[in-house]
Amino acid sequence: MNIVVCLKQILDPEMPSRDFRIDAATREADRGTAGLVMNIFCANALETALQFREQHGGKITVVAFGTSSAEEILRKALALRVDTAVLVQHDFAQRPNPWVAARVLAATIRKLGDFDIILTGRESGDWGDGQTGGLLAEEFSWPCVSFADQLNTDATKPGLVKIRRQTDQGSETVEANVPLVITVTNNDQNVPRIAKTRDVMQAFRQPLTNWSLADIGLDKQSLEECLTGTEVVELTIPIKQAHCELVTGETLEERIAGLAQRIVAVVQSA
Amino acid sequence: MTSVVISCVFTWTGIDRAALGVLGAGQRLAQELSGRHTILILGSPSDDLVAEVARFADCVQVMSDPMLANYHSETTLTALTEACRQLNPAVILLGNDSYCQEMAPRLAHRLKGSATGDALSLKAEGEAVLVTRSVYGGKALATFALRRKPAVIWVRARAYDPARPQDASAEIVHMQLKIEEDQRVVLIDRQTQPQDAARLEDARVIVSGGRGLGGPEPFTHLQSLASAMGAQVAASRAACDAGWVPAGWQVGQTGKKVAPELYLAIAISGASQHIMGIADAKTIAAINLDPDAPIFHHCQFGLVDDYRKVVGPLREKIIELLA
Ligand SMILES: Cc1cc2nc3c(=O)[nH]c(=O)nc-3n(C[C@H](O)[C@H](O)[C@H](O)COP(=O)(O)OP(=O)(O)OC[C@H]3O[C@@H](n4cnc5c(N)ncnc54)[C@H](O)[C@@H]3O)c2cc1C
Ligand SMILES: Nc1ncnc2c1ncn2[C@@H]1O[C@H](COP(=O)(O)O)[C@@H](O)[C@H]1O
Repeated sequence: MNIVVCLKQILDPEMPSRDFRIDAATREADRGTAGLVMNIFCANALETALQFREQHGGKITVVAFGTSSAEEILRKALALRVDTAVLVQHDFAQRPNPWVAARVLAATIRKLGDFDIILTGRESGDWGDGQTGGLLAEEFSWPCVSFADQLNTDATKPGLVKIRRQTDQGSETVEANVPLVITVTNNDQNVPRIAKTRDVMQAFRQPLTNWSLADIGLDKQSLEECLTGTEVVELTIPIKQAHCELVTGETLEERIAGLAQRIVAVVQSA
Repeated sequence: MTSVVISCVFTWTGIDRAALGVLGAGQRLAQELSGRHTILILGSPSDDLVAEVARFADCVQVMSDPMLANYHSETTLTALTEACRQLNPAVILLGNDSYCQEMAPRLAHRLKGSATGDALSLKAEGEAVLVTRSVYGGKALATFALRRKPAVIWVRARAYDPARPQDASAEIVHMQLKIEEDQRVVLIDRQTQPQDAARLEDARVIVSGGRGLGGPEPFTHLQSLASAMGAQVAASRAACDAGWVPAGWQVGQTGKKVAPELYLAIAISGASQHIMGIADAKTIAAINLDPDAPIFHHCQFGLVDDYRKVVGPLREKIIELLA
């Protein structure tokens, strides 16, 4: 099968809260000295695709829509031996929201050819929208299975994939016809692998397609309606007022007794 | 024209605390807009269910079909889209369970509207709906103006005050829509937790473990501590990703959003993404080896020590105090 994995570059979500600043004027995070990384759920999606290819063959194309720096996450994917990498560049001052991203990714994927499966992450670690996968499905009028954590196929059932997805109450297994969109969530089986040093070196020499919006038949104007539907009007850093009282005591035994008392007081009044 | 605010209720969840929160959010938003609060019930509702929700709205639209009795990512969405299309809403509210999260953006796309989710608060402002939610993994708070109608919003359901009974009883309409089953996706198995296992979202006390536990085995000790406290056990993403506990135990931005009276975090550092899941907890407490762990910025009380020395004796002491 032919798989596309959509990869988004984001501000390192693991940066400590105390270093996090915002630019109130642009209503964006201030990058400061923080790194840019591949969104973790994109990495889970890529891992899912790599395992699928190992078992069932096929090709993996990775696509990123971002600024020039996003080449880095595509090189990372090339180091994990994906077949093709495509960067669609923009220089928007405003954040491209999921509606813009879905429109652009759909146009990109159409231009690249026929695919069976599009994988996205369940959500981005920066703005946490969790929309792009579903919107992509709508752009293609394909079905969408969300929060998947396992992907399989059976040679005796061509054109069908078996997907396990997480639900609030547990999990579901579905069988779906390709083409479709799948959004991926984390579990212990799709923890991203680490590239071999040799492959990392080689990835820098690998070809990488670099397209502008014009190359995929779009311009900023045609995306205007996607940009204006929702607008970020305010961005603030919430103030935390919790004051933690550490239980004290001469001995550990006393401290544990103190903790137990506090716990029991809350549990009994609950 | 009066604005229509639709709150969606699905019969597979019924009227639980989350549904009441969605209805409460819809009721108040409709008041702000001087609009009409319409509850859309989708699935195969009993008359009792319809009567129960009728107290909370101006109008109840019932979309009943045996085919809709269980959630199906495509068929349910098609039915929901067609029902909403007939009602020409300004706003559509859904809960934040995984099914609703899956449908909301697609519904908005089909209705040529706008969408955002995990809303902590809603406000009408002129023609737009203002939605506030956490972004950057809980490090910032953003307000979005949704300008294109309908505004499809999934809300942090349990954080909203429940709906209140209204004076006048609602008009009840049974919708007649022909929906075809979508065969492109077929459910072959549904695993749900045993009925007696309370939902984490509804748990009143939670004991949660993180990477610092070092393996799956310590979770059994947490389990006995939890039993002594009448608590449920949960975990951080790191513990779930390690395969120590099931993925369904994950609490946080992309896990369960819990609201217990007490959340006891053991060997969890307190990353902002984890905190996002416990923002509605009344009291947070922690046991952590590291006095500088961020979790202590969110706690009311805590103990700095090795959990291995604490958990067993703590359990004994709690049993003693509760006896
Ligand atoms: C987009 C995105 C979404 C995410 N969603 C979630 C989510 O939903 N839920 C979630 O939990 N995380 C989520 N994360 C991950 C999050 O950023 C953290 O990586 C994760 O919460 C860390 O888990 P932890 O606290 O168990 O592990 P760590 O950060 O490694 O902390 C372990 C803690 O254990 C303590 N410790 C070690 N040994 C002992 C001992 N013997 N006794 C006592 N204490 C000890 C240490 O001092 C440390 O504080 C998300 C991340 C991203 C990017
Ligand atoms: N600019 C982008 N480039 C590539 N993929 C994206 C982009 N934006 C979103 N996605 C995909 O959509 C998923 C969900 O993103 P979001 O809707 O922004 O939360 C991500 O994990 C990516 O797989």
